[in-house]
Amino acid sequence: MVFGGDRPLLELSGISKSFGGVTALRDVDFTLHAGEIHGLVGENGAGKSTLMKIIAGVHTDYGGTMRIDGEERNFRSARDALKAGIGMVHQELSIVPDLSVAENVFLGSQPVTRFGRVDWRGMNAQAAAHLRSLGIDVDPRVPIGSLPIGLQQMIEISRVLFSGARIIILDEPTSALSPPEIERLFGLLQALRQSGRSMIFISHFLDDILGVSDTVTIFRNGRKIVTAEAAGLRKSFLIEHMIGAGHEDLEESYTSEMMLDSKPDAPVVLETSGLTLGRAFRDVSLTVRAGEVLGIYGFMGSGQLELARALFGKLHPEKGTVAIEGRQVSLKGTAAARRAGMAFVPESRRSMLFSHEPLYKNMSISILGRLHPVLLRPNAEREIAERHVVSLGIRPPRVDQHLGTLSGGNQQKVGLAKWLTYLPKVLVLSEPTRGMDVGAKDDVVKIVRGLRDQGIGIVVVSSEPETVLSLADRILVMRKGEVAREFVSEAVSKDRLLDAA
Amino acid sequence: MSAQSAASDKTDPPKSSRTMIWLRSRLSNIAPFITLLFLVVFFSIASPSFATLDNVGNILNQISITAIMAVGLTYVILCAEIDLSVASVANATGIVVAYFTLQDSYANIANVPLPGYAAILLALLTCFLLGGVNAFGVTRIGIPSFIMTLAMLQIGAGICAMLVRGQIAYAVPPFIATLGQKALGPIPYVVIVAATFLLVGHLVLQYTRFGRYVYMVGGNREAAEYSGVNVRLVIASVMIISAACSGVAGMVGVAYFGSAQQNEFDSYLLDAISAVVVGGTSLFGGRGGIGNTIVGLLVLGVLNNGLDHINIDSFLKILIRGLILLAALVINIYAQRLRANQMN
Ligand SMILES: Nc1ncnc2c1ncn2[C@@H]1O[C@H](COP(=O)(O)OP(=O)(O)OP(=O)(O)O)[C@@H](O)[C@H]1O
Ligand SMILES: [Mg+2]
Repeated sequence: MVFGGDRPLLELSGISKSFGGVTALRDVDFTLHAGEIHGLVGENGAGKSTLMKIIAGVHTDYGGTMRIDGEERNFRSARDALKAGIGMVHQELSIVPDLSVAENVFLGSQPVTRFGRVDWRGMNAQAAAHLRSLGIDVDPRVPIGSLPIGLQQMIEISRVLFSGARIIILDEPTSALSPPEIERLFGLLQALRQSGRSMIFISHFLDDILGVSDTVTIFRNGRKIVTAEAAGLRKSFLIEHMIGAGHEDLEESYTSEMMLDSKPDAPVVLETSGLTLGRAFRDVSLTVRAGEVLGIYGFMGSGQLELARALFGKLHPEKGTVAIEGRQVSLKGTAAARRAGMAFVPESRRSMLFSHEPLYKNMSISILGRLHPVLLRPNAEREIAERHVVSLGIRPPRVDQHLGTLSGGNQQKVGLAKWLTYLPKVLVLSEPTRGMDVGAKDDVVKIVRGLRDQGIGIVVVSSEPETVLSLADRILVMRKGEVAREFVSEAVSKDRLLDAA
Repeated sequence: MSAQSAASDKTDPPKSSRTMIWLRSRLSNIAPFITLLFLVVFFSIASPSFATLDNVGNILNQISITAIMAVGLTYVILCAEIDLSVASVANATGIVVAYFTLQDSYANIANVPLPGYAAILLALLTCFLLGGVNAFGVTRIGIPSFIMTLAMLQIGAGICAMLVRGQIAYAVPPFIATLGQKALGPIPYVVIVAATFLLVGHLVLQYTRFGRYVYMVGGNREAAEYSGVNVRLVIASVMIISAACSGVAGMVGVAYFGSAQQNEFDSYLLDAISAVVVGGTSLFGGRGGIGNTIVGLLVLGVLNNGLDHINIDSFLKILIRGLILLAALVINIYAQRLRANQMN
C-alpha cells in the first residue's frame, strides 16, 4: 500500500526532547497516514517510547512541531490527546489492579444512568461485549489484578482500541501475550485498519513488525534512521540499521532448529518432586543440574510463572518438596530462598525494580548483607554497579541515575545485574528477554551461558519460544499447570514447541 | 560507541529549566523548610519576645517529647505503614513506670512499688510487648496497620484506665525524673534525649543495611521481596521500634509533666504524625527521613510557640494548625504526583 498522495493524518517535524542532560530524541520527522499500520523498531533506549509519549500528550515540553490533519497541535495532557483521537497502550501496564475488568475498560468514562449514577449493568454488559469481540471471555466484574498478566494486557489494549481513537499507539503490546492471543490482536489491527484507523506498533519481534506493518521506521540513538515500506524488507536490513552492520545473523540463530545437548553427569543442584499449588500447577517434578539451563515453556497462564515464584519462596505449594544440592529446604519466604542459594528475576519490571532509586541501589539491594553485615558500603555498591553497567552495556552508564528514567530494556538488565555479584546456586529467570532489542537479547544469551559455564543451575521460564530455544539445554513444556512434555538431547524447533504446548 | 556520541553531543537544557527540575524534584524537602523560615521571620517581626535565646530553648523543650515519638513514626511511615497507637502506647508505658514506683500517700492509687530499675524494665517490656502485638497483627495476621494500631490505641487506653482508675500518680523512678525534669548545664535532659533519638534514628536510617531496607520496602514492597529482603521482618521491626520510641517518650513525658494520668498524651498522636508529614516524608513510603522530621517538628514547635506570643484567639490557633497540616498534606501528595510524572 502506498500513502504518497493524500495528506498525512499525523505529521511530526524536527522533534527533539531531552531529559536533564540526556538527549532522548534529536530532530525526528515522522508521518502517519489514515489506515496505515506503522511499525517502529530500534534498540533499547533509542527513543521510541519517548516519541510516542510526545504524540500521546504525556511529554508536553519538546522541540519541533506536531500537525494533525495539517493543523498544528500542542497537547497539554494525555486527556487532551485522547480528545483529539490519540490513544496509547503503554509499555508498562497502566491498569488499576483493584478495579473490576469493566471499570478498567471504561476507566475515566463510565456510562451513567439518567440519575447520574454509574450504570453498572450497562457497563458490565458493554465491557463483556467489547472483550468478546476480541475473543476474550471473562467475567467483567472480577478485579483485573486477579487475572493472568496476558489477559490484563489484552484488556488494556481493548480499552484503547474501543476508546474510539483514530490513532492507536501500541508500545510493545505483545510482550505478555501467547501466540494465539497475538494472532487475534493482529487480526483486530487489520480490521481496524480497514475501518480507516491508523496504528503505530512498537515491538522487538521483527517478524511481527514485518508481518503487520505497512511502513517501518527504524530508530537509533534518538535519531530516525530510515522509513521504508515493509513489503520487501528483510529482517537483516532492520537489524543492520538498528544496531549496525555485522550482526545481521543475530535473530536467525534463535529461530532455526536446534540440537539440545544435555549434561547427564553433572550433580543435581535443584530437584522438586510433586509440587502442587491450587489450580496454578500440579505435580511438577523436575531436576536441574549444575551448569545446565532448564527451559520451561508454556503459553501465558500455563502455571510456569507461578512455578517460578514458588521456587523463590514467594508462593507456597501445598504439596511437594524442593531440594537444593540434595538437601531438602523449606522455602518459607524469599529471604529464606535467597539464603538457600536461590535467585529470581521476575518478568515484570514493576515488581523487581525501585524506580525512584538510583541504579546502584537497585543492583546492590540483594547483596548488602555480603558487603557488611550491618553497615552500608556505598562506595563498594557503586563500584560493583559500575562493573555491571559496563559488562551488560547498560545505558546511560551512570550509576546514580534514577532507574525510572531508563528505557524498558535497560531496566530489565538492571534486574538481572542484581544477582550477578555473588553467584547463586540456582538462578530462576522469568521471561528474561521480554522487551529487549535483538542486540540485548543476544547479550542476555551470552550472560546466561556465561553463568551456566560457571556451574550455576539455571531455570528459564518463558512464553516466548525463541527465548527458551536460544537458552535451554533441556526443555519442559507446561500445559494447564502440568508438565506436558520434555525435550532432551533431540532437535527442537519453534513449531515442535508450539505443538507440545 | 553510542555512549561516547551521547556524551559529546548532549545538549544541555537552559539553566533556568534545570533549576526548575531540581526544585520540583526537591519540592517535598524545600516546602517545609521555606515554611519554617517564613514562620520564624513572621513571628520575629510580630512579637519582640519570640526571637530570644530563652524562647529558642522553650521551643526545643516543647517539641522534645513529640520528637522522640516522631523518630519511630518516621520509620513506620517510610515503610508506607502507619502507627496510630504512638500516643496511647506512650501513655500506657508512662503509667506503668509510675505504677511500679512508690507513690506519696496522697496519691490515691493501689500500686506495686518496685526498685526504680525494675519499674523501668517493666515499662520497657510493656511497650515492646505492645509493639510486638502490632507487629504480629500486621505481618502475621495481615491486618492493615491503620486498623491494627487503631485497636492498639484503644488497648493502650484500656491499660492506662485499669492501672490508675481515674486517679493521678506523681512519682517516677529517680532516673526517669532526672531525664524529665533536670538539665545538664543549660540544656534540659529531655532535649538531650530527643536529640539522641533523632541522631541515632538518622544514623540507622542512612548508614545501616536495615535503614536501606526500610526505604526499599516503602519504595516498592514487591520488588524488595523479590530481592530477597525479609519484608515482614522489616515491617515488624519498624512497628516495634515505633512502640519503643513511644514508650521512652511516655516515661520521660510523665516525668516532664510531673504526673501520670489517663489521656494526658492524647494530643501527641496528631502532633507526631503532623511532624513527620509536614516535614515532607512521603505518606506513600520510601521518601523522606529524620532530617525531614526535624524540620517538621520545628515548624510545629515554632507555630505553637509563636501563636502564644502574639495575641490571638486560642480557638483560632486550633484552626490555624489544622490549616497548616492540610497545606502539608497537599504538598505531600502533590510532590508525589510530580515525581510520578517525571518518571513517565
Ligand atoms: N523520564 C525520563 N527521565 C530521564 N531520562 C529518560 C526519561 N524517559 C526516558 N529517558 C531516556 O531517554 C532515552 C530513550 O528512552 P525510551 O524509553 O524512549 O527508549 P525506547 O526506545 O522506548 O527503549 P525500549 O525499547 O527499551 O523501551 C533513554 O536513554 C532513557 O534513559
Ligand atoms: Mg520503550
